[in-house]
Amino acid sequence: MGEDRNFNIRHSPVRYTQEQEKQRCWKEAKGSVQLFFAWSDLRRYVYINDDDLVQELYCDNRISNRKYSLFNFVPKNLWEQFSRFMNQYFLLIACLQLWSLITPVNPASTWGPLIFIFAVSATKEAWDDYNRYLSDKKANEKEVWVVKHGIKKHIQAQHIHVGNIVWLRENDEVPCDLVLLGTSDSQGLCFAETSALDGETDLKTRVIPSACMGIDSELLHKIKGVIECPNPDKDIRRFDANLQWACGVAVYTGNETKLGMSRGIPEPKLTAVDAMIDKLTGAIFVFQIVVVTVLGIAGNIWKDTEARKQWYVAYPEEGPWYELLVIPLRFELLCSIMIPISIKVSLDFVKSLYAKFIDWDHEMIDQETGVSSHATNTAISEDLGQVEYILTDKTGTLTDNKMIFKRCCIGGIFCGNECGDALKDVVLHGAVSNGSPDVLRFITVMAICNTVIPTRSKSGEILYKAQSQDEEALVKAAACLHMVLVKKNANVLEINFNGSAIHFEVLDTLEFTSDRKRMSVVVKDCQNGKIILLSKGADEAILPYALSGQEIRTFTEAVEQYAQLGLRTLCLAWRELEEDEYREWSLVFKEACSALVDREWRIAEVCQRIEHDLEILGVTAIEDRLQDGVPEAIETLRKAGINFWMLTGDKQSTAIQIALSCNFVSPEPKGQILITIAEPKDVAFVIDGWALEIVLKHYRRAFTELAMLSKTAICCRVTPSQKAQVVELLKLCEYRTLAIGDGGNDVRMIQQADIGVGISGREGLQAARAADYSIGKFRFLTRLILVHGRYSYIRTVFLSQYSFYKSLIICFIQIFFSLVSGVSGTSLFNSVSLMAYNVFYTSVPVLVSVLDKDLSERTVIQHPQILFYCQAGRLFNPMTFAGWFGRSLFHAIVVFVISIHAHGYEKSEMEEVAMVALSGCIWLQAFVVTLETNSFTILQLLAIWGNLLSFYIINLIVSTIPSAGMYTIMFRLCRQPSYWITMFLFDSFLLELKSPSPELIVFLLYPKGILEKFFITEQTKHVIANWMTCLILAILWCNRGHIGYQH
Amino acid sequence: MNQKGGTSSAGNGGSKSSSSAANRNSKKPKYSRFTQQELPACKPILTPGWVISAFIAVGVVFIPVGLASLSASERVVEIAYRYDRTCVPPDYRKNLVAYIQSTETNKTCLLNLTVPKQMKHPVYIYYHLDNFYQNHRRYVKSRSDKQLRSREYERDTSSCAPEATLGNAPIVPCGLVAWSLFNDTYQFSVNDKSLKVSKKDIAWKSDQKRKFGSDVYPKNFQIGGLIGGAKLNSSIPLSEQVDLIVWMRTAALPTFRKLFGKIEVDLEANQTISVVIQNNYNTYSFGGKKKLVLSTTSWTGGKNDFLGIAYLTVGGLCLFLAISFILVYVFKPRPLGDPSYLSWNRNSAVQMN
Repeated sequence: MGEDRNFNIRHSPVRYTQEQEKQRCWKEAKGSVQLFFAWSDLRRYVYINDDDLVQELYCDNRISNRKYSLFNFVPKNLWEQFSRFMNQYFLLIACLQLWSLITPVNPASTWGPLIFIFAVSATKEAWDDYNRYLSDKKANEKEVWVVKHGIKKHIQAQHIHVGNIVWLRENDEVPCDLVLLGTSDSQGLCFAETSALDGETDLKTRVIPSACMGIDSELLHKIKGVIECPNPDKDIRRFDANLQWACGVAVYTGNETKLGMSRGIPEPKLTAVDAMIDKLTGAIFVFQIVVVTVLGIAGNIWKDTEARKQWYVAYPEEGPWYELLVIPLRFELLCSIMIPISIKVSLDFVKSLYAKFIDWDHEMIDQETGVSSHATNTAISEDLGQVEYILTDKTGTLTDNKMIFKRCCIGGIFCGNECGDALKDVVLHGAVSNGSPDVLRFITVMAICNTVIPTRSKSGEILYKAQSQDEEALVKAAACLHMVLVKKNANVLEINFNGSAIHFEVLDTLEFTSDRKRMSVVVKDCQNGKIILLSKGADEAILPYALSGQEIRTFTEAVEQYAQLGLRTLCLAWRELEEDEYREWSLVFKEACSALVDREWRIAEVCQRIEHDLEILGVTAIEDRLQDGVPEAIETLRKAGINFWMLTGDKQSTAIQIALSCNFVSPEPKGQILITIAEPKDVAFVIDGWALEIVLKHYRRAFTELAMLSKTAICCRVTPSQKAQVVELLKLCEYRTLAIGDGGNDVRMIQQADIGVGISGREGLQAARAADYSIGKFRFLTRLILVHGRYSYIRTVFLSQYSFYKSLIICFIQIFFSLVSGVSGTSLFNSVSLMAYNVFYTSVPVLVSVLDKDLSERTVIQHPQILFYCQAGRLFNPMTFAGWFGRSLFHAIVVFVISIHAHGYEKSEMEEVAMVALSGCIWLQAFVVTLETNSFTILQLLAIWGNLLSFYIINLIVSTIPSAGMYTIMFRLCRQPSYWITMFLFDSFLLELKSPSPELIVFLLYPKGILEKFFITEQTKHVIANWMTCLILAILWCNRGHIGYQH
Repeated sequence: MNQKGGTSSAGNGGSKSSSSAANRNSKKPKYSRFTQQELPACKPILTPGWVISAFIAVGVVFIPVGLASLSASERVVEIAYRYDRTCVPPDYRKNLVAYIQSTETNKTCLLNLTVPKQMKHPVYIYYHLDNFYQNHRRYVKSRSDKQLRSREYERDTSSCAPEATLGNAPIVPCGLVAWSLFNDTYQFSVNDKSLKVSKKDIAWKSDQKRKFGSDVYPKNFQIGGLIGGAKLNSSIPLSEQVDLIVWMRTAALPTFRKLFGKIEVDLEANQTISVVIQNNYNTYSFGGKKKLVLSTTSWTGGKNDFLGIAYLTVGGLCLFLAISFILVYVFKPRPLGDPSYLSWNRNSAVQMN
């Protein structure tokens, strides 16, 4: 672009956003620049430098990422919290408790924890929002130079308005979306970096519109004009200036910038453990309903039969209409604690701690770059321990992405085969110095067929800024062969060959796309005026377009040979164009470039027209070394039962080669790998992109079966969307998938997978940004999964099951007590105790149990098979939960039976018995946590036993308050030796029987005589008798309808 | 980056952004043993030695404690006599409720109890009720602690239904609990010499001091249509009404004993105690039992074998388990930490066979 500067109106793909290359017409008229925009329905008119006109029309440049404001915080936060089912449930319970007829306890016992938990969540939200506000404020108050009323002024970034001209200096950050008007560069070029937007760290060239070309910087202040552009959308691109200065006019500001629009809140991911917790919560809820119904019916029957005789209860003959509901509702409230109110907060807390542990881990810091690992998503650490499939990218993930030119084949001569490095090959150097035309053309293509930008550092060295590592490797290799790319000025290239400068004018660049798999440039040799097309690309994208008659067999062989060495191959080609041919084609190309519909497709089609009859010059082979520790990491993880799939865009043989060298598949003869059904346990298959597309479309079922059978798969030549499709397929089979990648093409796969891991590598941060976890090197994955994932899983599993256990035990005791209190729904425990039980006594020790390590890190790494247990979910499933359920039932029986027997008869005072039972629960729990803990740090010991101590301290303090129900109770109990003896008796029941299910069996198999003599006393008889009468009455009552008579 | 030779995105180091990106991440996490999860920890492994010694220790500790509590319980001398049936004249045996509700019938009942062993003073007198739900929700809530505590809350009877007010005047003490106060009485004599029943210290000191006001006097109590239990002397403040205070400490279980009084002299073995019972309290309508209990006390409280037997059982079980573990350990030893027991090793071993 750029040679027809004399035209008044011209088409120019000004690329301030790539997606948005809409046609812009610039018209120069009488010193003012005007811009017409003929094609858009939704558009905005930007009046450049017109301070009075548009300022109010569009928002200012204030950025706001905040979710809340000072005023809407309370209602919005409450609304959000109450949109969760659990919270609605608790709110309903809390509201029911306000009805004094049915509430068994003071409403405070539910409202207290509810408010506490809401406050914790709200505080966390508020804190996050405050931090967002601070970072916004920093961005908003950044000082920038803006032209106002023709004068350059220093203002805060937030006061930029649409239409203002913004001046940027070198390395400034761009405060809003700008259209470039002028730069310090005489060619009107500007190199922008887009890392903040898409993570790509290469420099992208932006050119000022030719209408503004050459306008003096002072004149720019006075420029007036109108830009018409579409309304803001969310396609991201932005630029940083990389010159001494640049100026642009603000077109989108504030939250309307591309960045602002593309901000989105990602869908929260639900871990397998979370899903299981939800499921079990549902089960407990159903159980609760059943209990409530049974007890409610029994209670009503007891009331109608027994309670009428108990004159001192003084039931009235006729009750209100809702009387039947009263007792069931009481039981609902009594049983509402079955679902632990604190589990959500506890889980949130420990999950963010897991994430912190990952961030803090010194063993996961990349020593080369100093990049530490980071958990962006703090909620899914347990899933790491349950990964079944790892889908990995190849380049940059398994490999270093440090491309080194290793070998080449020029016109059938193989270079570098002997010494393994073509740059050290004497034959090649000889050919270069001899001026062999084939070799010269080859290295010329290497040096100029690219989009590399050479810059000079202060010391005079030439640095290359490349969008692709391969191109950089080629340019560097060419430089080693004395063909140095020195300068690139707009469209003139300067090459230094053996000291003499050669100039080329770049006429067109036919850019790379993943569909075309090749790129070309059309250059004009400034010496002889010849127009040449230079191409490079994948073999299948170049070799079929070879000049008819050219022997391409050697090149095919070379490609094959290099690929088997695991090298990346590129074919280089060349064609001289006739002047007429080029001119004709150039017109079509320009037209295609400015097309508004299907632009990409049309360009590809036009490119096709010129990229044919190519003279193949040779093949280059570039080495991409495996990262350190990759084979070991893969072997360890495969031992842990994790299946590996490699999804790569590379060609088949290269992919297989890499797969072999990093232990993906056991080294077997090649033929067998391709169609391996050697052993049913170890199936591997290789599939390429085209086959995958057909298979996914037509043979989905069969492919799914194959996928479930195979432990390893290599998918080569796949597109980003196919990667995501494969992930989706595995997810549909209910597998836990982890996708790991480093580049923009892995983003979709990373977002699709249950867990996305990004490698913050050389391809920028795009993948790392999109991912849930970012790590510096592939080998850290071992530690991430085996250490962090496994610990997180085990800890969460314990925490959640324990939360249910401790809620159930207290609830069971209440239920048992209701059986000796005439099924009337009396609460044994007072409100204070119930509230404190959930919020303090039982939550602290278990929170600290997240520091527990069941096995040392070394053991786990040595025996990765240990992960099987986590993967299969053996530690948390309905069976284990049933175990904990049984345990809580058993412990409740122990506590209740011992309490009522040890404190029966003359000691049977309500407050005392309640306190004995409560302390029994606390003691038992201290021992349960101790038994379930495998390694004790000082923190755990403090939390467990300090908690027990604080239980006594708190209760002793409460016992001094005369108005409290339990006034003096704790003092009284602590003085009784029998109280302490009872406490130790509780604990002894744990010492004997650690695992829950045998406990029950042993209890049930207790010799019958002893059971009757010592356990069935008056009280237990009451329990049993009440149960039996209630049950029989309930059955009779249910059957008195017509169903009963049908038999 | 899987495209070949293309212009996909990648930058060489040295460009400004990658260094700034590194800066973003390379804020070196602080190093401490906590952040690295390397706090010094003790990892007790339940080796057979540990388990066996733990069981032996528990057994060794529990059996003596069990024996001690059992012997303490054995030393307690207790006389319990169920009188609710025997005290009803034979004519009324068929119609117990009519008997107890009638004001005409003679409720006095004479009993002779023989002291089996010497009973050192103080001898506690309890009344024992059975199938009486003092813990029923409707009952247990029907009281006003505020009203009991101080005179200014006399009208605080909202929780006392259905025994809250008489007409408009509040009942003091209000509620079902107070209304159903136990009203059987006992008089004891040995060899025609009456034994003094002391009511001193039968109620909790703390209750007398803090929970029952010394300025609160019974008012409108038991004068309504329905008469529940005992009446109260309206000239004695609640803090001195010890029977009421004892009764108001509701029992957690439907079978309970409450202190009636104390006998401050020793009772010798084989002495015969004559008891005169005023059998007023209605347990007949719901089939509850009434017992009179005389008991001494020990350091564990009254007669209760439960703790002793439980301790002996647990201790014995522990010793038994310890011995069986020792036997298993001696006859079928297994090296600790043998990896061949790991499930995946076992599976592969099975496969190899």
